[in-house]
Amino acid sequence: MRIVPFTLSLLLAAAAVFAFGRWLGNSYAFFAGYVVVQYIVLGTAWNILGGYTGYVNFGITAFFAIGAYSTVVLHKLIPALPLPAMIVVGGVMAGIVGLGTGYLTLRLRGVFFSIATLALAVVVQTLITNWDFVGGARGAYVLRPRIAPLIGGEYMQYLFLIMLGLCVIVLVTARTIQRSALGFGFAAIRDDEAAAEASGVPTLRLKLIATTLSGAFMGMAGAPLPYYVTYLDPASGFSLNYAVNAIAMPLIGGTGSWLGPVVGAVVVGGLQEYLRVTISSAVNVLVAGVLMVVFVIVAPQGIVGLFQRKR
Amino acid sequence: MSVLLQVTDLGKRFGGFVALEAIHLDVMQGERLGLIGPNGSGKSTLVNCICGTLQNETGTVRFGGAVLDGLTAHQRTRRGLARSFQLPRPFASLSLAENLRIPILYTVNARADGALTGPAIDARCRDLLGQVGLAEKSDRLPRDLTQIEMRKLELARAMAAQPKLLIADEAMAGLSHTEVDEIIALLIRLNAQGVTVIMIEHIMRAVMEFSQRLAVLVAGRKIADGDPKDVVRDPEVVRAYLGE
Repeated sequence: MRIVPFTLSLLLAAAAVFAFGRWLGNSYAFFAGYVVVQYIVLGTAWNILGGYTGYVNFGITAFFAIGAYSTVVLHKLIPALPLPAMIVVGGVMAGIVGLGTGYLTLRLRGVFFSIATLALAVVVQTLITNWDFVGGARGAYVLRPRIAPLIGGEYMQYLFLIMLGLCVIVLVTARTIQRSALGFGFAAIRDDEAAAEASGVPTLRLKLIATTLSGAFMGMAGAPLPYYVTYLDPASGFSLNYAVNAIAMPLIGGTGSWLGPVVGAVVVGGLQEYLRVTISSAVNVLVAGVLMVVFVIVAPQGIVGLFQRKR
Repeated sequence: MSVLLQVTDLGKRFGGFVALEAIHLDVMQGERLGLIGPNGSGKSTLVNCICGTLQNETGTVRFGGAVLDGLTAHQRTRRGLARSFQLPRPFASLSLAENLRIPILYTVNARADGALTGPAIDARCRDLLGQVGLAEKSDRLPRDLTQIEMRKLELARAMAAQPKLLIADEAMAGLSHTEVDEIIALLIRLNAQGVTVIMIEHIMRAVMEFSQRLAVLVAGRKIADGDPKDVVRDPEVVRAYLGE
């Protein structure tokens, strides 16, 4: 499918999901749906670096929280700024940090790169915790408007719609990359960097593109978070759940294609939300952990890989 | 004939170990050069310095008259320098056709003269795989290949970059007699199409059959360079290989 029909069908699917939510008329459906769609965005963003180029980033919460806290800052400075603009700003901030991280760490390979990204998360969390303007360790309140702009109804519906739109943008980008020269370059880097260089692939530049894009999309996924939770403190913004899920979902769905993180987020995220209300709110990390171990052993190519055994 | 590759006074150290010292090497346009030397004599280090995988500390590498020092490996590949690796390093998750697509997208299409698009790239990949006898396997993954097929893929990927100079680093190690003949025929065919070839090899039969000129490296120095028949009789070369 070419890019325009693909975008249109995604938009159609997003519209159908939103219409279904409205028809249900249940506010919890929007809260749960938001989380699942947020994980599609976060997982896809992680996959651009981790799945396509093979550089495993553990510092997801750094980028995610940079997006969230840039919204906190903007909310305090310019409360009237519309949410999409805040998302763009959050994405730009996280993208800049991604580019910088790339410059500093991409000489490291494999597990050493991963450890460096983990350190980044700790550094950013320490900085935010000690930054009084955004509430420091006490956290910050971001009161959301009662009524959603443009569409009317609860504000939560607006947040869900925004996240759906972001999801369409991120998925179209991920799929376009996968099928372009850039995607082939990423795959060559993942398989063998020296051979990629010898084949003319500018590996450093491509890796910087991947860290910047991946970081920016993670930041965008985090930007609406303060409005979703209404109270944001470092402990929740940098929660391990985001990092675990953003890695587990692409691994479970399949890292090779754009579809993997979507399948992973819907299956794992959906299961987590279901178990959260039926069993316990603490069970969700266990779900991701157990499923990740099972899939790494049984189906290393993920769910999508199970259906792609053509070769 | 003009000089295509000119290595002058090239030196490379690893800590206190001198891997290469004062290497001079000229390769003419269209030439078939053999490069031999005992294990650890610096052959692969020289290849790495020429191709940009390593940077030489002293001396200069010139290619087509332009100085290459300081350029990265991919920049040198784009200027027409291609290599195959001693141990095949295919892109394991990509099909054979896609393996060849990488150098076409990033080398041929990065040059000023005419970029290939969709169907033209597919045709070019098929053509290259056909030249090395892997056409029927174009949709398979590298893990399905035998040892010789892997070497052929390695050479095809280097050829896909449409190089002016191809450096084949031990493309025949571990192959049978007839398989060696196949690779030699392939390299000679390539040379007939106008590509200059440097062959690094331990199999003397292949070296003698292929080379128009032979250079010998021993302990990081070039000790002989000339007509293959004279070089193998050179007392210093004989001493390096057989001892006193």
